[in-house]
Amino acid sequence: MSETPSSHRPRFRSATEEPAPVRIGLIAFVVLVLAVLVLAPLGVIFSEAFAKGWAAAWKALQSKDLQSAIWLTLVVAAIAVPLNAVFGVAAAWLITKFDFRGKAVLITLIDLPFSVSPVVAGLCLVLMFGANTMVGGWLVAQGMPIVFAIPGIVMATMFVTFPFVARELIPVMIEQGRTEEEAALTLGASGWRTFLTVTLPNIRWALLYGVLLCNARAMGEFGAVAVVSGKIRGKTATMPLAIEMLYNEYLSVAAFSLAGLLTLLALVTLLLKSVLEIRYADQLAATRRH
Amino acid sequence: MHIEIDEIAKSFGDTTALQPVSLAIPSGALVALLGPSGSGKTTLLRILGGLEYPTSGRVLFDGADSTGLSVQQRRAGFVFQSYALFRHMTVFENIAYGLKARPRKLRPPRAEIARRVAKLLDLIQLPGITDRYPTQLSGGQRQRVALARALAIEPRMLLLDEPFGALDAKVRKELRHGLREIHDATGLTTIFVTHDQDEAMELADLVVVMSMGRIEQVGRPQDIRERPATPFVREFITA
Repeated sequence: MSETPSSHRPRFRSATEEPAPVRIGLIAFVVLVLAVLVLAPLGVIFSEAFAKGWAAAWKALQSKDLQSAIWLTLVVAAIAVPLNAVFGVAAAWLITKFDFRGKAVLITLIDLPFSVSPVVAGLCLVLMFGANTMVGGWLVAQGMPIVFAIPGIVMATMFVTFPFVARELIPVMIEQGRTEEEAALTLGASGWRTFLTVTLPNIRWALLYGVLLCNARAMGEFGAVAVVSGKIRGKTATMPLAIEMLYNEYLSVAAFSLAGLLTLLALVTLLLKSVLEIRYADQLAATRRH
Repeated sequence: MHIEIDEIAKSFGDTTALQPVSLAIPSGALVALLGPSGSGKTTLLRILGGLEYPTSGRVLFDGADSTGLSVQQRRAGFVFQSYALFRHMTVFENIAYGLKARPRKLRPPRAEIARRVAKLLDLIQLPGITDRYPTQLSGGQRQRVALARALAIEPRMLLLDEPFGALDAKVRKELRHGLREIHDATGLTTIFVTHDQDEAMELADLVVVMSMGRIEQVGRPQDIRERPATPFVREFITA
């Protein structure tokens, strides 16, 4: 403390307050790191994309291959994210509301995609469903190829993004316990009604965060998708794959325009989250623990 | 409703929560399950409510074997220790929940639900809090809303798990009288779990003293006070 003994009105400092130099130093450090690692690269993406003007960037995005990449990415996310949301809720519900043997194994399995390299995950899918395997060969004969086609891309994306929703929900559901569900049951509600009217409203924010994270990762996934998709231009190249190919071909305006668009999609989800948070701030407070 | 517990036992894996216990509860009685933690009193209450199934033994409601009845079919008004109010619903929605959850044929019309909720709020002496959320209520108010929510389903019995456990001494005294009054007004067979011997002795018609998953003694409060059946009971009620 900086007070001298002669000062008549001693200033009391709260126990958690730090001296000004420490506070300013910490804030400056965080701002610096954010600027170098996050803001600067974002700026570079957009400045490169618009290096030859808005019109050039816009025209690059009109190319048929890029349109196809954008569409493919959106379709894959639209399939993989809802499915993973359902699986994630089911898994979290199972783990937190019931006791059973092998629970620890299940939790480890859910976390597996975090520890396995996406490239390895993609290779596993190729080895399982490639055209020269039994299952894959049969599916190709039926006219439903998995590898080098949309189903494989969806499966690879789902594998990589599987843990996001469950991981977000499990701590929240553990903290909330089971008594509200039990109360609903004693009041005569069926299990399904209890889930819809009690469990789901209580986890909706965690679920939303999980889905947004899952979506961001699904649209950005590179490694696993690169292996299973075969990177067929205009057919199985998603946005991240197309960006890499364009960049390698020195088509920097197209590459960065597409990268900018992918970034914008991520920013839109973030914005959506913030808007919902502000709009429902009172509900958010009400659903916290009593 | 007359409740009979016939040789009910419960174990969770290797641990025994309840030895085989038997107990008859007359219709309309206000009964306390009294004992220290780990005595099996909450387990017994949850078995009655259908939230746990017994490892062996039977439960009879009005003479009919009801051991296999689901929690929904039992129609037991259950008040949880932490109240378990639905935190995202207003007081009105909380109390109306059980009525709205009924199958369409048995569900009262909207106006009737509103009328019943208002009546229950009068009964718990908290009119005019319909639009509040549980977080905006005091502990005592939450307990009473939980009671009203349990009563809304027109239960066949009222089961309360440590209903006064989370309240300060003054509110606790007031709500004891509140529970007695509601019991007398509804005539429901009411069973509450407590570890507080004063509470059990003051409030209940019949006190069931439990320890280590066994029933030590069943009797009227003055009988238990005057003639404790075992050394455990003597020690527990004078503590």
